[in-house]
Amino acid sequence: MTFDSTVLILVTVIGAATPLLFAALGELVVERSGVLNLGIEGMMLVGAVTAFAVTVATASAALGILAAAIAGALMALAFGVLTLSLTANQVATGLALTIFGIGLSALVGSGFVGIPVERLPRLQIPGLSDLPVLGPLLFNHDALVYLSVLATVGVAWFLVRTRPGMILRAVGESDVSAHSIGYDVILVRYLAVLFGGVMAGLGGAFLSLSYTPMWAEEMTAGRGWIALALVVFSSWRPGRLFLGAYLFGGVTILQLYAQGSGGGFLGLPAQVLSMMPYLATIVVLAVIAGGPWKGRLDAPACLGKPFRPAT
Amino acid sequence: MSLRIEARPEIDRRLLYVTPLLAVALTVLAGFFIFLLMGYNPFAALYHFFVSPLTSLYGLSELAVKAAPLIMIGVGLAMGFRANVWNIGAEGQLTVGAIAGGGIALAFWGQEGAWILPLMCLAGILGGMAYAAIPAFLKTRLDVNEILTSLMLTYVATLLLSMLVYGPWRDPDGFGFPQSRLFTDSALLPVILEGTRLHLGAAVALFVAVAAWVVMTRTVIGFQIKVVGQAPAAAAYAGFHRKRVIWLCLLTSGGLAGLAGLFETAGPIGQLIPVLTPGYGFTAIIVAFLGRLHPLGIIASGILMALSYIGGENAQVEVGLPQAVTGVFQGLLLFFLLATDFLTKYRVRYVSTRREVAPA
Repeated sequence: MTFDSTVLILVTVIGAATPLLFAALGELVVERSGVLNLGIEGMMLVGAVTAFAVTVATASAALGILAAAIAGALMALAFGVLTLSLTANQVATGLALTIFGIGLSALVGSGFVGIPVERLPRLQIPGLSDLPVLGPLLFNHDALVYLSVLATVGVAWFLVRTRPGMILRAVGESDVSAHSIGYDVILVRYLAVLFGGVMAGLGGAFLSLSYTPMWAEEMTAGRGWIALALVVFSSWRPGRLFLGAYLFGGVTILQLYAQGSGGGFLGLPAQVLSMMPYLATIVVLAVIAGGPWKGRLDAPACLGKPFRPAT
Repeated sequence: MSLRIEARPEIDRRLLYVTPLLAVALTVLAGFFIFLLMGYNPFAALYHFFVSPLTSLYGLSELAVKAAPLIMIGVGLAMGFRANVWNIGAEGQLTVGAIAGGGIALAFWGQEGAWILPLMCLAGILGGMAYAAIPAFLKTRLDVNEILTSLMLTYVATLLLSMLVYGPWRDPDGFGFPQSRLFTDSALLPVILEGTRLHLGAAVALFVAVAAWVVMTRTVIGFQIKVVGQAPAAAAYAGFHRKRVIWLCLLTSGGLAGLAGLFETAGPIGQLIPVLTPGYGFTAIIVAFLGRLHPLGIIASGILMALSYIGGENAQVEVGLPQAVTGVFQGLLLFFLLATDFLTKYRVRYVSTRREVAPA
């Protein structure tokens, strides 16, 4: 394998990792605030179809991305109203969000199947993009890829270094204490849930505008669920989440290349190779649950528990 | 005057069974505006969606054909949901059940014998159970979240089926289409109503629901399932084995999903094809909640959800609505149900605030 093609493969790994990173980063913040939103898949799909439709209609990818973020936030708002204000079961509501999102995106997208859209432009950074190897590898991506990396740094900084980040973690660890010292638990959780929606929407926008610039029903193919697994894998830490997303991006691309390498890989049918990302998710979940670091998983203590301040 | 929300001392039993109807009404209302927004005549669209499928014997029999798998899977899932065991991979267990049972049908293709169909049913149940055993094992041994594992396995099962019907199990005389041979007579479910597709599975589904109702209300096992879900600490104190309940719930729901899958292949479909159902395994989650996790409620909600499928197809033919409307309706219905649940837990009261604002 030549050097250039290795760089090319690594670039596609970045593409496969970015939507996972967006969605999982949003969910990480949501879960850190003590809320479990299983609706990522639905929010991503609605984001993907919104981005695509708005970009086709307005010929502006920027508007498309913005609309996807808003659409994701609106979906998340529905989740927030049900689980935070009406104290509905978070697992059931998240499932409802995904089922609704699959249906809604298919309905909105039925007129957009088979229509092409221009791929998001790659941003050239003067000087850096012309570097050998590093240039094409690191400095020749579209805006969303850079944004996902910045967001990782931003979330890590926010959670650890800022006061609002600390409040958010406090709300996730002990909602009752946070409430009793005067923080608005519900408001903090609403904001976290909305952020999760925006990020899932952006992940969806990346899928339909950059990774595979088109719209197809259920084009997320389980990425929303893999993102959920990644949050567990990362033990709720942004740095490890970044690593995990790129690891999974690598698995996805590896199986795609294995399929493409003519006549199958090791004689395995294409379908077996396609199973790899899903099987890898299960294996990874099992390994981190059973490994020696078992006790240090650090799930937020209030994850998934409804909270309603006594009046 | 102002509104105040108060927690009810106890869940309102009466409202528990009224709110599903309220949710259905709200969904129909939302549907009215969605159709209006999309530029369809909402009255005609709603009529073709919800009413006209019920006006013929064939429509009614199709309703039962589609309700049967939803009820069977929903009853199994509901048992788990009550115990806080979230099997959302029923679609995968359904697929593996169909593969296991369908494999028997293909292995004895062309042969006759009354033993073939029972053997297929057994294989379907065992296939679904075996597939649900994976998340059960991971959950009880390593405490791995069953939601994620069961869902990931669904994608794997779909790919496995696709591999088989594109590869070794492809019909040699099928012009290369990705489908198995048509099952022979001994491997097909008997039709119980002449001139329709209504098969034995519908009767089995009813039996399963009633049996589950007896188990949940009249046996110690049913009691243990409920206690483990509602009060895990009390269950542990009483010596109920949480792990045993997890295994029981996952194996039961997996086995029922597997049998439902076998019924689809050996019933309406009659062969193995890459996509067996329009997502019954997922819709059954809604069915379980809408039926209040109660086996008899699930019969009603299963029929309603079946109507959403048939209505969707009907409205597509009659007024050209996109098929995806069905999914939107199903999602909305679950949303409204979860929202109206609030009324069973809390009550809204008018409180006079005049005295407080009066100057001192």
